[in-house]
Amino acid sequence: MRLELHIWRQAGPKARGRFVTYPLDGVSEHMSFLEMLDHLNQQLIARGEEPVAFEHDCREGICGSCGVVINGQAHGPLPGTTCCQLHMRHFADGDVLFIEPWRARAFPVLKDLVVDRSAFDRIIQAGGYISTRTGSAPEANAIPVAKSAAELAMDAAACIGCGACVAACPNGAAMLFVAAKITHLGVLPQGQPERLRRARAMVAQMERELFGGCSNARECEAVCPKNISIATIARLNRDFLKASLSA
Amino acid sequence: MKLDAHIPSGPLDTCWTRHKDSLPLLSPANKAKRTLIVVGTGLAGASAAASLAELGYTVHAFCYQDSARRAHSIAAQGGINAAKNYANDGDSVWRLFYETIKGGDFRAREANVYRLAEVSGAIIDQCVAQGVPFAREYGGGLANRSFGGALVSRTFYARGQTGQQLLLGAYSALARQVAAGKVLMHPRTEMLDLVVVDGHARGIVTRDLVTGRIELWAGDAVLLCTGGYSNVFYLSTNAKGCNATAIWRAHRRGAGFANPCFTQIHPTCIPQAGEYQSKLTLMSESLRNDGRVWVPRRAGDTRPASAIPEEERDYYLERMYPSYGNLTPRDVASRAAKRMCDEGRGVGPGGRGVFLDLTGAVRTQGRAVIEERYGNLFEMYQRITGEDPYEVPMRIYPAPHYTMGGLWVDYNLMSTIPGLFVLGEANFSDHGANRLGASALMQGLADGYFIAPYTVTGYLASTRLAPVSTDHQAFRAAQAEVEERTRRLVSLSGPRSVDELHRELGSVMWNLCGMSRTAAGLRQAMERIAELRQRFWQEVRVPGGAEDLNQELEKAGRVVDYLELADLMCRDALAREESCGGHFREEYQTPDGEARRDDEHFAHVAVWEWSGDEQPPRRHTEPLSFANVQLTTRSYA
Repeated sequence: MRLELHIWRQAGPKARGRFVTYPLDGVSEHMSFLEMLDHLNQQLIARGEEPVAFEHDCREGICGSCGVVINGQAHGPLPGTTCCQLHMRHFADGDVLFIEPWRARAFPVLKDLVVDRSAFDRIIQAGGYISTRTGSAPEANAIPVAKSAAELAMDAAACIGCGACVAACPNGAAMLFVAAKITHLGVLPQGQPERLRRARAMVAQMERELFGGCSNARECEAVCPKNISIATIARLNRDFLKASLSA
Repeated sequence: MKLDAHIPSGPLDTCWTRHKDSLPLLSPANKAKRTLIVVGTGLAGASAAASLAELGYTVHAFCYQDSARRAHSIAAQGGINAAKNYANDGDSVWRLFYETIKGGDFRAREANVYRLAEVSGAIIDQCVAQGVPFAREYGGGLANRSFGGALVSRTFYARGQTGQQLLLGAYSALARQVAAGKVLMHPRTEMLDLVVVDGHARGIVTRDLVTGRIELWAGDAVLLCTGGYSNVFYLSTNAKGCNATAIWRAHRRGAGFANPCFTQIHPTCIPQAGEYQSKLTLMSESLRNDGRVWVPRRAGDTRPASAIPEEERDYYLERMYPSYGNLTPRDVASRAAKRMCDEGRGVGPGGRGVFLDLTGAVRTQGRAVIEERYGNLFEMYQRITGEDPYEVPMRIYPAPHYTMGGLWVDYNLMSTIPGLFVLGEANFSDHGANRLGASALMQGLADGYFIAPYTVTGYLASTRLAPVSTDHQAFRAAQAEVEERTRRLVSLSGPRSVDELHRELGSVMWNLCGMSRTAAGLRQAMERIAELRQRFWQEVRVPGGAEDLNQELEKAGRVVDYLELADLMCRDALAREESCGGHFREEYQTPDGEARRDDEHFAHVAVWEWSGDEQPPRRHTEPLSFANVQLTTRSYA
């Protein structure tokens, strides 16, 4: 199939970016979206041009490296799917695709489609963990965990930290990302001792990183490749409120 | 090259305890003065960095990804073994040890493997305490399942995302130490050389992947936790960025490379669909618990699976290996699949595939049960192939997945360069010639949480190290070499891309040094690799410069190292005149096509010493002695 691509090119963090048009032939429906970009890059290299920089690694939907906005949708049109797992069979011959990086104040563009998501790491560093030293753990089965709690924790822990939620949010909020971690740890018995402190610390860091707040647009849930529910945000709000009242 | 494994003498089951008791300690005040360098933040690297920082060391941790959380351990699906015997089915430390050493075709050290089995239980405890959401029974206890190569249920899992959850656990421990100021995290930074001062590993040279800046880091010890080298094959189940540069550069600086030909070809991956393919995707072998592997009885049968009646199907694993059936270990299952396809009974495009059929399990156990167990795997398969595995059997084919070979280490996980420790897949230590399912996660975390913290301390406490700064001549020389290599790479302006050459290398390796090897084929491969090495510098083009984010430059540097490593893999495969585990030499097989081991001549670790660009590498051996297990022919029949 043949596509018309309009790709955001930006030489560096401080450079001005712009859309560049690339007609692309010979796209197979079995290619993944990233393989389609590889295909373009091979042609650019052959022509002596610089290939499009984009983030990718595992290419099986789990590392969270990849992510671009395709025609206005983070990770493209297929629900619950990262763009490395999005295959070209979901597009049609002659399609015009606008491909841009995540756009959010907290995610500055580094080059072309690559953004800096280190703010997510700093949020986890602020409190997205259970404080336990290596070697100090009790016997694993000494802590019974209800199956339902484990399943709920796992649903939230499936977050891959890709940042699509932020890119899709009109406020550039990281609420779904933070809420997923708060939920994962907060529904488990091991996570109770630090539960309120965690909510307070993570939200504070989120605000320092210039992420916006939630206004229930639900765009994050719609684009999340791991289908994380905004019910987690309700949990975050509850824990944060409790933390604020007990502070 | 001196190869002393430093295995404590005495009974196997108390080896590790006695060794720990004999290792010298450092006072907390002295630990705080020591700086450690950890490269890689997968299970081994993140767990080591976090645990060492908890002890009080200052740790510099490096990864090439934009975040430590993205290391490729995250993609491990199936599970992690531990000898907890929660299933009450007769498991024990001894059994896990025995199955692992037998699964590795008796090409690993008894003491190392025993220790791995011994600490396996503590790993689960640790992960649960961190909040890893393992699968649970209704009573709240941990759930277990069985896994390829095992007769007991000892595998702990978190849906099909066990690696992700374990890594996020280790990453959270790491994040906590970053917040505490004990770990200085350097993401988007790639190690390009090791610095050795007075015979001791004292630092590394890195490139900042965003600014291109070459930087020097000095420390008291260096821990490489950089994973395996399956990407030599171009198409593998590894992430695109996984590479061998750190271990290869260390090898060139004097670290022995052990058993490079021991590579694991995983039996259950989605077959290649086209020329443009950039990687292969694994389908967890946990699917073999409920799935049945088959091909049509008749060669050239192109009917869809549903049109092939039961009596015309050959469930060949169940037929050939009745006691393990679909759960035969990976090397055996992979070779069997290749044999079926070579007989013309393969399915799908090009006939390079076999069916992994769960439609029967969906019928007998119900869709809900299967969905709960494998839902995310089925979804992934459907996304990639466009076929629905609830309705039609999956098609699978073997693909390069894991490398048992790696830098040689002693019992302390220290390489032949004092002060250079190697953890996880990057070392060669525990899996012999074939790794069993669910044991890579176990090894990575064992090394990082429970072994390196003791042995690194032991090394630092017993070694007098002069203070060293990055102004030292060895640092400056290494920096100059890295800058020169980078300059050479960005000046390449031939007609072809790095990927094109890498694909060529991959196809040479897959065809001649893959699932099945011959002396003639390996010699041919070495000639072709030599030719590719020349052509690389003439034909490749690296667009862009060295002073900013340049993904083609990154790839080019890695492929230069693969080209050298590929040659070593072939040499090692040629020298090992036997078949064992994942290393199958066609000349050495039984009449029914099974691997024929030669314990008399090859019950050893082959360790290669770099002898410079002009000289061939030298082969040394570390004999393997087995005092506790009987060497038997592996039989899964």
